Amino acid sequence: METVRTQALTRRFGDLVALDQLSLAVEEGEIFGLVGPDGAGKTTTMRLLTGILEPSSGEAWVDGLHAVRDAEAIKDRIGYMAQRFGLYPDLTVQENIDFYADLYEVPKAGRGERLERLLAFSNLTPFRRRLAGNLSGGMKQKLGLACALIHTPRVLFLDEPTNGVDPVSRRDFWRILYQLQQERVTIFVSTAYLDEAERCNRIGLLHQGRLMACDTVDGVKGLLQGALLEVRCESPRRAAVLLRAAKIGNVALFGDRIHVLAEDADRGRSSVEAILRVEGLACHGVDVIEPTLEDIFTSALPSGAA
Amino acid sequence: MSAVPGTLAVTLRDLERRFGDFVAVNRISLDVRQGEIFGFLGPNGAGKSTTIRMLCGLLEPSGGQGTVAGLDIRTQREEIKRSIGYMSQKFSLYDDLTVEENIDFFSGIYRVPKEKKAERKAWVLDMAHLQEHRRTRTGLLPGGWKQRLSLGCALLHEPRVLFLDEPTSGVDPLSRRSFWDLIYQMASEGVTVFVTTHYMEEAEYCDRLALIYRGELVALGTPGEMKGGLMADQVLRVACDRSHEALGVAATVAGVRDAALFGRDIHLMTEDAEALAPRLRRSLEEGGFQVGAVERITPSLEDVFVSLIEARDRADGAQKEFKA
Repeated sequence: METVRTQALTRRFGDLVALDQLSLAVEEGEIFGLVGPDGAGKTTTMRLLTGILEPSSGEAWVDGLHAVRDAEAIKDRIGYMAQRFGLYPDLTVQENIDFYADLYEVPKAGRGERLERLLAFSNLTPFRRRLAGNLSGGMKQKLGLACALIHTPRVLFLDEPTNGVDPVSRRDFWRILYQLQQERVTIFVSTAYLDEAERCNRIGLLHQGRLMACDTVDGVKGLLQGALLEVRCESPRRAAVLLRAAKIGNVALFGDRIHVLAEDADRGRSSVEAILRVEGLACHGVDVIEPTLEDIFTSALPSGAA
Repeated sequence: MSAVPGTLAVTLRDLERRFGDFVAVNRISLDVRQGEIFGFLGPNGAGKSTTIRMLCGLLEPSGGQGTVAGLDIRTQREEIKRSIGYMSQKFSLYDDLTVEENIDFFSGIYRVPKEKKAERKAWVLDMAHLQEHRRTRTGLLPGGWKQRLSLGCALLHEPRVLFLDEPTSGVDPLSRRSFWDLIYQMASEGVTVFVTTHYMEEAEYCDRLALIYRGELVALGTPGEMKGGLMADQVLRVACDRSHEALGVAATVAGVRDAALFGRDIHLMTEDAEALAPRLRRSLEEGGFQVGAVERITPSLEDVFVSLIEARDRADGAQKEFKA
């Protein structure tokens, strides 16, 4: 069953086309990642799907409801955690959740139980009486999530939820998302970070308002043509300049390693080794590696994309 | 910006900072070579900012020694402030000034001598490829261009050490790569670059990384070394159907230290991946799961850092129990 569907969804702001003919579908219980840099149209998409903003053209459905005609009804079915999530710093953790329960008109009966569950689930039980303003960044994020979940939504929209959160808290946060997925909640998450995107079931790469690719992470990685080689050698900075000049493929320096996108693994490796030998640079190894999403973004997208 | 090969741009010896009873930075020692790109990583509250504030001459150490660009971080704090550059994602340019006006403004702040101003401005415009946009309002520039302008402004006074705080967050990967190409160029001209970030894709660009946690230096090495040998645990990737349910089963197999979902796969931390693989496959298959690939993978930098931090937590926990 499709929980989110968009058809040629477009939004203009004056002359700017923030979102250009977006068509995609997200299945129930899926974690879908909308991936792209700032200004790619991620937040616009979120706001269109949550009924906050109306499209200039095209249509969207969320949990079977139309994003414009049923905008009010949609709000009961979804949880939305915006980038600047509205927590009240001078209310405690528990008071913040209570406040959102009132806002969403969660029936008083059963509310206590739901609250306990959310506190436990976000590991916030020991901090229930702490002021939200005194929480760390990672804990605020989890409280934001708990508030967005108080009315048991079927679809959860998270706009760059872990911005500025450290890797340990980020991992913790994702553990919670996977638990939610198990309860068949559909999660639509946006991120500018490719290492975060790797955790999603499927991703859409958004660039300047257009969907450049949409598939599983492995599927998107399959778009890369050729073999990605990792070269470890003496004086990597000099070596990168030499390899780039030799035009044997796309060359990128990563600290002590060089990535070379070659048309063919064996021929690429021999060329790299030959070039280094001529220049008298010791080669410590040339290995075929699995590309990261970052490699895809920089090499596989049409060059006109950026 | 003259480069003296082999000299040290940053030296720290038992650097310490206390706030009352709280030890924010606990006897950190490390060296950064001139022209090196050094990544400084750690969770929030680990002591990163405190260390950087001491390095920038903004905060006095409680103990230990340190130098930045050959200057003493205890006694030459004012000189240090003039010898370093600082750039942050949050460190904002003025959006309603033109590119050129921003450069002039920062030129004034950094007290670039009058006779050098024109030359330095030309250098920034050239370096950031903004010659043709010098009269464009900064607010109208795409993110990647702003980043380059911001870098240029931080380098106006020719600092020998440059501090970058999450320099490319929110920038698209192509712009990020061209930004890092500029950084590599600066570094080969002898500028030492000190980077802090939460994002491992940025850390991958550094020559060397330090991880700090609870005020202590937990690991130090190149990204390759970090992924190669620093982690006690190995990572086993398991592809199988109904991975949520399988996760629960996998977590109980003997030898599994930690199990987590990763996209559609399960990642397991274990001391011996080779020994675990057949055992795990058997348990999952007995549980009725369709098991695909079970293979040891190179850990990501994030795997390494989280595992080092958790190992430290376990060690501290054990110590506390022992004391109790």
